[in-house]
Amino acid sequence: MSAAPTAARLGLLACEVCRLLSRAPHSRGTAHCPRCGAALHARKPASLVRTWAFLIAAMILYVPANTLPIMDTSSLFGTQSNTIFSGVAYLWTSGSFVLALVVFIASVMVPLAKMIALTVLALSVQLRATWHPRTRTRLYRVIEFIGRWSMLDIYVVTILAALVHVSTLASIQAGPAAAAFGAVVVLTMFASASFDPRLIWDVMGEQP
Amino acid sequence: MRMSASRLIACLECDLLHRQVRLPPGAEAHCIRCGARLYRRARPDANERALALALAASILFAVANAFPIVGMEMQGVHTSATLFGAARSLWDEGARAVATLVCVTTILVPAVELVGLTWVLALLRRGQRGWGAVPMLHFIESVKPWGMVEVFVLGVLVALVKLAHIASVEPGVALFAFGALMLLIAASAAAFDADAAWAQLGAGA
Repeated sequence: MSAAPTAARLGLLACEVCRLLSRAPHSRGTAHCPRCGAALHARKPASLVRTWAFLIAAMILYVPANTLPIMDTSSLFGTQSNTIFSGVAYLWTSGSFVLALVVFIASVMVPLAKMIALTVLALSVQLRATWHPRTRTRLYRVIEFIGRWSMLDIYVVTILAALVHVSTLASIQAGPAAAAFGAVVVLTMFASASFDPRLIWDVMGEQP
Repeated sequence: MRMSASRLIACLECDLLHRQVRLPPGAEAHCIRCGARLYRRARPDANERALALALAASILFAVANAFPIVGMEMQGVHTSATLFGAARSLWDEGARAVATLVCVTTILVPAVELVGLTWVLALLRRGQRGWGAVPMLHFIESVKPWGMVEVFVLGVLVALVKLAHIASVEPGVALFAFGALMLLIAASAAAFDADAAWAQLGAGA
């Protein structure tokens, strides 16, 4: 494959905020977009290192997020702790199949899929892979889009804890997993924002 | 320096350069190599519509935050919670990180986004470029991913169903306001023609 005309190869910098193209300066130091003032760089700075750092931190926190209780319910009959997964199981057994599915997808599937996908993407760039660049770019687009939905459980706990609060008969409190889970969502969002999909394409066309 | 590159656009996902062409109305250009969206031909009154929608959304946002989202009746005791009240009770219970996260994603970022967008679009409509329009638009674009009103609406619905098992719940005014707010935010974001706004802001720079 011959080298495709990319902005980087032609010495142009694309502003990631307003999309204006400008010529890369010869002097060292950070260039700024002449139109909107954003810092310009050919590729996101330290993209892979940052992606790995956020990703590994998210993976570590994923463990307490799933094993510790996200919600403590205390009533006259005693205290009950719910993990994310037992919350889904509760919805399922009480007959709310659609909601159980929604919560399962948002809280279990999405974070897991996002971490696996980012690992695959970061590894493929690290190993300078050339397979299916278009599919990998599409994968990146998908995880950028779905990541936010895993925040769902945080909002559910917030509303439940606020309402079942003053009553003497029962009270619901956010458990330690809520903070861990929130951190997983935030960290995976940072990880995917740090990843630069243009790196997937940079090795294309380098082959003889 | 800018003249030579003004009709070129680089794909943000694979960096391939494309020459910009005039699209038929309503059409969208995609990258020929990776398929990412490049630019589109917006309606001529796109930012006029975006301004109207952002203004309406700002008003609804105030309503959504002023009234309770859900009310609940349990053993004769009535409780209700506003969004801020819910976040504050989390804070009081010691879940401060979670409370902050909820406040930022459902109150702070959407508020900044809506007020900022209304501000920038109103300035552009009057043909003004100063008054902090450039840094404001820059700032809104960077915080956009952290506004999660639509996820929050789904979360409230899930919480309502869970509560319905143990008590009688009634959806509050703010729940409907949040539902409508979610639609208005999506509509104003879809109408907003960022390329035109940047071109207008950069015209005199």
